[in-house]
Amino acid sequence: MALPQAKQDALAARIAGLGFPREGWLGPARGEALARLSAMGLPAKRDEYWRYTDPSGLVAAEAPRAAVFDDSDESPVFDGIDRLKIVFVDGVFDAEASDDLSLAGVEIERLAKAGGADIHWARDVYGVLEARGQVPVQRPLAALNSAFATDGVLIRVTGKAAKPISLIYVHKADTSDAILHHCVKVESGAEITILENGPAAARFSKVLEVEVSEGARFHHIRAQGRDHERRAVTHVFARLGAGALFKSFTLTANGVLTRNEAVIELNGDEAVAHVAGAAVGDGNFHHDDTVFVTHAAERCESRQVFKKVLKNGAVGVFQGKILVKPGAQKTDGYQISQSLLLDEDSQFLAKPELEIYADDVKCSHGSTSGAIDETALFYLRSRGVPLRAAQSLLVLAFLAEAIAEIEDEAIAEDIRSRLEGWLARHEH
Amino acid sequence: MLNIKNLHVKLEEEDKQILKGVDLTIGAGEVHAIMGPNGSGKSTLSYVLSGREGYEVTEGSATLDGEELLEMEPEERAAAGLFLAFQYPVEIPGVGNMTFLRTAVNAQRKARGQEEMSAGEFLKVVREKAKTLKIDAEMLKRPVNVGFSGGEKKRNEILQMAMLEPKMCILDETDSGLDVDAMKLVSDGVNALRDAGRSFLVITHYQRLLDHIKPDVVHIMANGRIIKTGGPELALEVENNGYADLLAEVQ
Repeated sequence: MALPQAKQDALAARIAGLGFPREGWLGPARGEALARLSAMGLPAKRDEYWRYTDPSGLVAAEAPRAAVFDDSDESPVFDGIDRLKIVFVDGVFDAEASDDLSLAGVEIERLAKAGGADIHWARDVYGVLEARGQVPVQRPLAALNSAFATDGVLIRVTGKAAKPISLIYVHKADTSDAILHHCVKVESGAEITILENGPAAARFSKVLEVEVSEGARFHHIRAQGRDHERRAVTHVFARLGAGALFKSFTLTANGVLTRNEAVIELNGDEAVAHVAGAAVGDGNFHHDDTVFVTHAAERCESRQVFKKVLKNGAVGVFQGKILVKPGAQKTDGYQISQSLLLDEDSQFLAKPELEIYADDVKCSHGSTSGAIDETALFYLRSRGVPLRAAQSLLVLAFLAEAIAEIEDEAIAEDIRSRLEGWLARHEH
Repeated sequence: MLNIKNLHVKLEEEDKQILKGVDLTIGAGEVHAIMGPNGSGKSTLSYVLSGREGYEVTEGSATLDGEELLEMEPEERAAAGLFLAFQYPVEIPGVGNMTFLRTAVNAQRKARGQEEMSAGEFLKVVREKAKTLKIDAEMLKRPVNVGFSGGEKKRNEILQMAMLEPKMCILDETDSGLDVDAMKLVSDGVNALRDAGRSFLVITHYQRLLDHIKPDVVHIMANGRIIKTGGPELALEVENNGYADLLAEVQ
């Protein structure tokens, strides 16, 4: 069916001036992504999966301006973690600020350099997982990313990586409009941790495709930038083989518009996927977690743990689905989305969904929103804990289940300290 | 130590007077007990003294060593040396018991201008005190009161009291929900804390707790007032005859 003229025009305006090289293995992959995008058009507020989040800032022809944010009042996150750093400034690779792209057991290449080759392992990943993720829910902004990404990293892990790879984003221009695309393939039995942090651009589109092979382990911890005016849309597409482990945690503080999508397929028996998020917002803040987990094999486990702390009119959205395909017996699926509303102006919109076609499964979901527990607050104060400290303690306690999804204790502690910092800066 | 004068309290939300002129003076090192039938205002007295919301003081005062308690925030009252052992200790999921204890101890030390306790020192002290209350390491690690039995919750209250070393301790029906062994354990914990500089106000329905924690003075509360004050023998009188005779006496 042809796209309505208005949708065609909006798409044409958005991608005007964007292009990509046609050569190498990457050219056709981009071409196919553009074809997918052209068939779908850009998301609009009327679309089922954009009902709670207005995509206009993400689909506008020009990136809305976003002031550069000074976050020097706090030491950079993950500073104390030994890691291999790869830096992008407004979406452009910064060789000087980055470490050598070499790490035992890992091949690291830049997308912009590797795309011209005839053959590449990433051909089976790039745009492939994204394309699979377009059914049954369309994700046009991910297709746009696959078509027009300017750079990114391709990471193939063959052993146990000695240290995490850390993708650091820096925002320096208040009109920057960055599109990055990363692919990770964790070979059988291998293990890697990917860290991401920093304000990336005035408008940021990022796709991360992850293939976790049989028995491989993938850890992802992300601290999105504290830049308040940015707009960001990110997608994680993951496919898991038998016995594979995928764990992703995201901390989001601030941001006028953030949409984080995670699309996970459990394709091998006994695979485990956990995806978690802690978001804290004050004022003009809109944060959307949209998650789709597909169980397509037996005895797999999935967990979705999303917590949001909202105040002064901040808005939180959660759209999470567990799809259990026929034959995916002994599935263990869990989903919880909760918000802590610190005042009556804030809003939490949740759409939990279960769709189950197997008869021997265990799936549970829950969604709540509420205020701080006054009884607990009084109990703490009666023991001498001052009001503000007691509130912070209870907010962190609320977020604890999400943070518990981070396996590395040093990283979890770092995330906790960011939250404490945010709470101190945003006291009532 | 604690000096309550003509205390009148009503519920904030409705026009219901709960305390109708309570007078009570507790000297340093003394143990007082308040007994009384349900709805007499015993628990309200403990909540008002510790600063819980929902109550309005319409008249009177309550001072701790000369300082007016009723004008302080709950945390200031705690720092001033007041401690309430809750009838229903509150569960706080996500906050470890140890973190909770340490935060409380250090907050009070800070408020009093003392140095914070180091992690090592704190651990040593807490382990020692927990051991005498038969609180194991597992209970210290778990979230505050979550999944604790009734007895464990009450023991945890006494552990907090032991760690915070308050000068005025109020025990609100600490015996409720305790079996005989647990009551002995809790009472031993309380008795270990008795000294010349620390006072206790023990609120209870039953005399049996007072077999373990021996009071110097016993008050009978009814209908928002203290209607009779006497020695430990008053508790036995209630145990034998109930409250009816006493109530009839004053009416």
